[in-house]
Amino acid sequence: MSMAPVKLWDFHGGIHPEQNKLQSTTEPSALAQLPKKLVLPLHQHIGEAAEPIVEIGDTVLKGQKIANANGYVSAPVHAPTSGKIIDISEHPIPHPSGLSALAIVIEPDGRDAWVEYTPDQDYSEKNPSHLRNIIREAGIVGLGGAGFPSFIKLNPGSQKKIKTLILNGVECEPYITCDDMLMREDAHSIIEGVHIMRHALQAEECVIAIEDNKPEAYESICKAAAGIAGLRVALVPTRYPQGSEKQLVQVITGKEVPSNGLALHIGVVCHNVATAAAIYRAIHLGQPLISRMVTITGQAVKQPRNLEVLIGTPMDELLQQCGAEFDQIERLVMGGPMMGFALHEINLPVIKTTNCIIAATREELGLDRPAMPCIRCGACADVCPVKLLPQQLYWHARAKELDKVQEYDLFDCIECGCCSYVCPSNIPLVQYYRFAKGAIWTQEQEHKKSDQARERHEFRLMRIEREKREREAKRAKKKAPRPKTDTAKPPPVDGAQMADKMRQEAMAQRDSAEAARKTEIQAALARVQAKKKDAAPKTDAPVAANSPTPAAASTQASTPTSDSDSSADTATHKDHEQSQ
Amino acid sequence: MPFNAPTSPHQLAPTSITRVMMLVILALIPGIAAYVWFFGWGVVVNICIAVVTALSCEALILKLRQRPVLPFLSDGSAVLTAVLIALTLPPLSPWWITVIGVAFAIIIAKQLYGGLGYNPFNPAMVGYVMLLISFPREMTSWIPPNELADSSLGFIDTAMFILFSTLPDGISFDALTEATPLDSLKTHLALGNTVDEVRAQLGLDAEASRVLSVIPIFGAIGGKGWEWIGGGFLLGGLWLIYTKVISWHIPVAMLGSLLAISALFYLIDPAHFATPMFHLFSGAAMLGAFFIATDPVTAASSNRGKIIYGCGIGLFTYIIRTWGGYPDAVAFAVLLMNMCAPLIDHYFKSSVFGHKK
Repeated sequence: MSMAPVKLWDFHGGIHPEQNKLQSTTEPSALAQLPKKLVLPLHQHIGEAAEPIVEIGDTVLKGQKIANANGYVSAPVHAPTSGKIIDISEHPIPHPSGLSALAIVIEPDGRDAWVEYTPDQDYSEKNPSHLRNIIREAGIVGLGGAGFPSFIKLNPGSQKKIKTLILNGVECEPYITCDDMLMREDAHSIIEGVHIMRHALQAEECVIAIEDNKPEAYESICKAAAGIAGLRVALVPTRYPQGSEKQLVQVITGKEVPSNGLALHIGVVCHNVATAAAIYRAIHLGQPLISRMVTITGQAVKQPRNLEVLIGTPMDELLQQCGAEFDQIERLVMGGPMMGFALHEINLPVIKTTNCIIAATREELGLDRPAMPCIRCGACADVCPVKLLPQQLYWHARAKELDKVQEYDLFDCIECGCCSYVCPSNIPLVQYYRFAKGAIWTQEQEHKKSDQARERHEFRLMRIEREKREREAKRAKKKAPRPKTDTAKPPPVDGAQMADKMRQEAMAQRDSAEAARKTEIQAALARVQAKKKDAAPKTDAPVAANSPTPAAASTQASTPTSDSDSSADTATHKDHEQSQ
Repeated sequence: MPFNAPTSPHQLAPTSITRVMMLVILALIPGIAAYVWFFGWGVVVNICIAVVTALSCEALILKLRQRPVLPFLSDGSAVLTAVLIALTLPPLSPWWITVIGVAFAIIIAKQLYGGLGYNPFNPAMVGYVMLLISFPREMTSWIPPNELADSSLGFIDTAMFILFSTLPDGISFDALTEATPLDSLKTHLALGNTVDEVRAQLGLDAEASRVLSVIPIFGAIGGKGWEWIGGGFLLGGLWLIYTKVISWHIPVAMLGSLLAISALFYLIDPAHFATPMFHLFSGAAMLGAFFIATDPVTAASSNRGKIIYGCGIGLFTYIIRTWGGYPDAVAFAVLLMNMCAPLIDHYFKSSVFGHKK
């Protein structure tokens, strides 16, 4: 049965950077060596960090859950091999901030003994929500680099029907080849995963998109997908940033995902090919997400290649295995050269979102070019996939005109880096946008703080007023019985005094009525806010996903005492935007 | 092992301002070659004087402004400005004309506004207009194409004349000079002649013109020589579009609007309005369309904005050429539209992804 080829659409802008993909695809993928220890950060995904359920000294089996998901947008963590828990403490993690976070450290015992698991091949009989639960418990997150818990994106919710499931095998960033390798070598798992996803989403059709610089992967997927109804494979012309979710949705469906909206809102869901394979393993084999394909490349690596790596493996051991010349490494990048971030150390652990490690040499980067003034050439606007005016954003961000940058739709920027890439003046444009975003978030928090401070102040004034009135009322009560006894005698006051007093009383009454109303309103507002806070992570995933970081979200929710790190905010926001 | 960890992207395109400017200068070569062929070595001498002046002024002001000298001096923008001014000057202008014009362009029009990227007006055109207004006699003493001149100068003689105003024996400056075709046409039309009469008088072959003692400066479509120079700039400009150094919007809009309005008036009254091709291939139309109006710093930036901007230049050029006080008007038109660029940018933004119109 042959199906109509997928009609492809265009997206605005984009660039054709040097691919650098051949280096790491000359050899088939291999297993990474078992490291001496595995460091498993509890926060490897978008959302709340997982909560450990083991203690130091415990022995664990391969695939055993060692940390529970904490809340709706979260993912559990599993032991990638059998061994002993030797530490649960703060460790440096791969994050743009370079900060440390809580991690569980396992010392492998070398047996690699699996925990008991239950394969489930009759998923098609199962309720989609049951499948989502298994996927959730398996700790599967978007493996394209974003790390958003996958089960949420397999829930169509109350949305209208899902028309298209797009499987993203575009891999548009230079250097990265892990999805390419996976598609070449394990198309079967991917296609099986697609069946599960389609069942969970009840999606009408599925399109697997692959860029035309991966002919082997395309062949392999086409072979595996042949004859399956409602499943088509699209070979899309190579162009960065086609793998970005919104751009890919446009290429495949011709529709623009609304600003501030999700692909879901126009009946489309996007998942990465590696995520599909992981879902297959979770359902069919019962195995949680404990390893992934990672591209080890860069000029400082002698044998660049793809490795199947246990989550938590320190990167220096992987580089060692691929023959890296450590003294040549000028910069270590996790992810691609366009959107990945530079790491501060070499011995950080591989996490669920580590798709590529680039050990770049000095010559390779060639970044010592000084930034020159903008000559308004407009090359940035020509390549912007979101059709922003990067130049105007730059001027306003530089001038710290935060209202103006928002007028120019700063928050639609996906930080793909095309503008910086083509800029003849070498202006680090994306850096300016990140700065402006961070500054705006900080400003918003300041506003919130001052709003709360003002409310508190008003409340205090009100309380003082009320207490004063109460005291007066008490005094008045004490005095009151006496005049009551001699009613015959009117109080010795003249008309003017009387009128004055009456006016005061009337005003006090009105004030207290108003105050009462105010407190009522405020109480209601507080209730609503509290409800929202509770509800946000549970009912509506996008809301939670859009909040800068869990840390920032909790800062907003609680009293405004702690100051959240704006650079960390920016970074996480980027992670989210990068979703593939 | 701690690393230096700057933010993404970690890979940049092999491009720079210097590269862009050099490509533009390279694209000027066919036009300059035609220029030398028809009008002698004067333009080369002028370019040399202009470049030296521009670099000196740029270096001086950068030093005074305490800015790094080398990166800005090597960006090529001052050199490009210098070459463009030299191309607009009469080939036998005295050296001080070039020096004053270039110095004014670099110091006043560019550096005093903040240097590269900050000047609201095209420096080359500011320099040219200043010269045109201040030294009208020197700026209109053009020479006829070599093939028509009674006597032409070699490179050394040209340089001697430009630098020291000395001519070889037996040649007078007046014998060398001649009004440009645009200038002659304007003068004769003002005297009540029709286009055909002017062309008949000034477009004769060499033999007939000697009898009538006029110089046949009109060629097949534009001015003699000028049409080839225009063709050279057109060729270079198309190459710039092909290599994506400039976008097609401004040149197409400018030449298109110039073509449209001149065609309109030519169709209405061919006796008193020059042909559209004459307008396109005379004066600075081609140079302006591909090399001057496309200066990104002073032009509109969005694609729709660029079209408006280019159309404006084309229309102003025609209006001033036809009814204004100057024979050519590209410089004035460019400066007028420079003023409008920020306004155009304000009103013509592209619609952002995901925002419904």
